[in-house]
Amino acid sequence: MLLNSLSVDRAEFERGTGWTLKPEGACKGDVCIPLPDPMAEQIDVEATASAMGLPLVAAPEHNLWALGPESIGSRALTSAEAPNLRLPDLEGNEFELSSLRGQKIVVYAWAPY
Amino acid sequence: MWQELRNELHPKGLEIVTVGMDALGADGCREFIEAAKPEHPSLIDRHHVLAELFGVVNIPQSIWIDEQGMIVRPAETAPEPPDPDRAPSMELPAEMPQHFVEMMGEAAKIQQDPESYHAALRDWVENGADSQFALSPEAVVARSRPRNEEISRGHAHFELAAQLEIDGHHDAAIEHFKDAHRLVPESWTFRRQAWSLEQPIEGPMARFWQGPSDEDPGSWPYAGDWVSDIRAVGAENYNEPWTP
Repeated sequence: MLLNSLSVDRAEFERGTGWTLKPEGACKGDVCIPLPDPMAEQIDVEATASAMGLPLVAAPEHNLWALGPESIGSRALTSAEAPNLRLPDLEGNEFELSSLRGQKIVVYAWAPY
Repeated sequence: MWQELRNELHPKGLEIVTVGMDALGADGCREFIEAAKPEHPSLIDRHHVLAELFGVVNIPQSIWIDEQGMIVRPAETAPEPPDPDRAPSMELPAEMPQHFVEMMGEAAKIQQDPESYHAALRDWVENGADSQFALSPEAVVARSRPRNEEISRGHAHFELAAQLEIDGHHDAAIEHFKDAHRLVPESWTFRRQAWSLEQPIEGPMARFWQGPSDEDPGSWPYAGDWVSDIRAVGAENYNEPWTP
């Protein structure tokens, strides 16, 4: 998740990390990680990342930070439930993978280099 | 080629979603997408979220997802459909530099098994959850790439590097690409992406050079390059073998 500030609103944090903030903490599937102040409107990214074990890397000279994914299950996937991939097409229209629910999907990764 | 497969399998309930992983975005992907004329969703992934979300470490790789939104096969080598009639579409320079000759020599040794993969795909489309190739949720998680705090940190560095590149801070991006390469050594895409952003030669083939130039090898900023790295592991090991 990319950040231009170390304080973000909770909706942005949830969308960027894929974790939902509940009174019991940050939750994904059956897993909840306790947080000091999970219901705050503004999320203190450094404190929250530290509590969740998410790596935070910085390019402060460009006012840019990136929050890495969790490694809590020691695997790239913490669950077989497909994350909701959201990406633009060539024209910039955003596409959500969940819009294909009800069909089988092959996601095929390629690169032009 | 995926469009032809889609024509065949879409009536049977399969959708294909192709994702071009390139920090250059539409500028990098456009000519390939326009040539392929996809009728299926064709997306652009400038920050390689497929790596972070699914553990994609090389291309081509695929992920299979069922009707309920459950992954039934995690990221794995996904060869293009077998098509013996078609010649490679890339146009090569009339006088090919020795460097490209060496790259093609290594590329020829890369192993793929399109027949097994595509037979399995048809079996799954036909038989769904009863297909032997549809894995249980536990097997899907267990087969996905290992991830620890270091690897997660490498993904964060890569995302940061991609954004710095997009914002025009190329030199700053290089430093974070290097961190990503060091922390996620299994990822070919992290390396190939960074190498493709250098300009060791002039012209449209620059992105494919993927290594130091003959004239000024000292200006190459990275520890590795495509030919050296593939020789180090053996080109036959470049793609992980497809496992039923």
